Amino acid sequence: MIACGALAGNVREIAARRGWLVEVQPLPALLHNRPHDIAREAERLAGRALDRGQRAVLAYADCGTYGALDEVCSRLGLARLGGLHCYDVLAGADNMAKLFEAEPGTYVLTDFLVRGFRRAVLAELGLDRYPELWPDYFRHYRRLVWLAQHREPSLEREAQRIAEMFGLPLAVIETGTARLEAELERLVAQAVGRGGPGQDPGRMTRSLAWAAGPARAAGATGPAGAGGGAR
Amino acid sequence: MTPQELLKQLYDDTLVGNGPAVLELTHTGLAMNLGPEALLYEALIPALEEVGARFERGDFFVPEMLIAGKAMAGALEVLRPLLAETGAESIGTVVMGTVKGDVHDIGKNLVNIMFEGAGFQVIDLGVQVAPEKFVDAVREHSPDIIGFSAFLTTTMPMFKANINALAKAGLRDQVIVMVGGAPVTQEYADVVGADGYAADASAAVVRAKELLQRRRRAALPA
Ligand code: B12
Repeated sequence: MIACGALAGNVREIAARRGWLVEVQPLPALLHNRPHDIAREAERLAGRALDRGQRAVLAYADCGTYGALDEVCSRLGLARLGGLHCYDVLAGADNMAKLFEAEPGTYVLTDFLVRGFRRAVLAELGLDRYPELWPDYFRHYRRLVWLAQHREPSLEREAQRIAEMFGLPLAVIETGTARLEAELERLVAQAVGRGGPGQDPGRMTRSLAWAAGPARAAGATGPAGAGGGAR
Repeated sequence: MTPQELLKQLYDDTLVGNGPAVLELTHTGLAMNLGPEALLYEALIPALEEVGARFERGDFFVPEMLIAGKAMAGALEVLRPLLAETGAESIGTVVMGTVKGDVHDIGKNLVNIMFEGAGFQVIDLGVQVAPEKFVDAVREHSPDIIGFSAFLTTTMPMFKANINALAKAGLRDQVIVMVGGAPVTQEYADVVGADGYAADASAAVVRAKELLQRRRRAALPA
């Protein structure tokens, strides 16, 4: 499972809890600022896994590659997460569309971005070296929305600090990780279905059960209880 | 400092986005009787072209591009009235804007700077520009070119919406439509029925001049 660094923590947690026998290989989240490199790097890692006889899936949305990841998927026969970016994966594409429609000047945060704002945003955009560029980047924003996977006091304080930096109101939407989990489940089923013993849907479920592995699956939440958001 | 040394220094300082130095050198250059065109074409524009090339190669990222653009914009403020005085006629008028729903404007602003440097008159409508506003601007300014910028997959379809709005207002044939932004490709520009696309600010100027020339030639009586 080749995962965007911004999602890899959640992906690992879900895979472990579900007992999936997957190796999570994260790519640096900062590649988002150079989306051309995402497709190239994902293709390199996936190619390597396939060469070793493993199955591979991409725990990536389109992520600003503007279709380049889809080309990798169709070349190598891989599946990826639905949606344009991790906001779609976490909050649902329709909900994101509504958010941006209600206020295009919405700056979106996830737990990852809240935690790593200084490095992933401030440093990457050069705001640590050139603080005077702040208005060039952010003058059109009107509000911040934190899509919270795990709403914890420390993150909450940090999100609040970021909102103060912007001088903008902060709204919190608790997305949890249920949608991500459902998407990952689809990827795993697809990979197992494709490369596994059977291609028909009935056997795919059994293959998935096999992929879950009896020992690790113990104590895991079943598909019906894929409620990461409740955690 | 010789004029050559000054131009070299102005080029170097623009490249690294040293705004105050660029401003000072611009004034010094003018005081040395280097014309505004020389400062523009022999230092500022080549520097910004090099910035674009370095960005393309991955040697520069957005902040470097921004500070260089801002340094050049500062110099343009000084040169603009002088260029107007020398009677250098505007080679065309461009209306530019980031489409509705999108607030990315760094790319657009760089295109504006290069257009202005190349002698176009630029009217910037800002960000989140609705189709009606583009239509109004075409009515008001009768530009030669209208440029739409978009950086999100979800806002690219606004190109088509803008073009439809122009067509509905009976203005589509009066203006050259150019589109650009990170997700945009020549194929996408063709699909939405734009007249031109460019991947960066320097290419945008070249393409704009080509399109303008073609249109003006076509307008000449046979
Ligand atoms: C800087 C940046 C930002 C800044 C924007 C600041 C500003 N004032 O513009 C900030 C941090 C604020 C930001 C916010 C967001 N961003 Co942003 N951003 C970027 C980033 C890193 C660079 C874009 C940029 O400015 N490049 C610099 C310019 C100079 O480069 P350029 O594209 O080569 O520009 C040239 C051409 O495009 C061309 N050109 C441009 N316009 C035009 C017009 C015409 C007519 C022509 C001919 C040519 C032309 O000339 C330009 C100059 O050479 C990109 C990733 C990337 N590397 O592209 C993501 C990216 C565009 N952003 C993205 C996203 C998702 C967002 C947010 C939703 C994120 C959030 N956390 O909320 C918000 C958007 C909110 C909104 N409603 O718009 C995604 C888009 C994904 C998608 N599928 O749509 C990207 C691709 C990142 C990613 N990998 O996910 N972003």
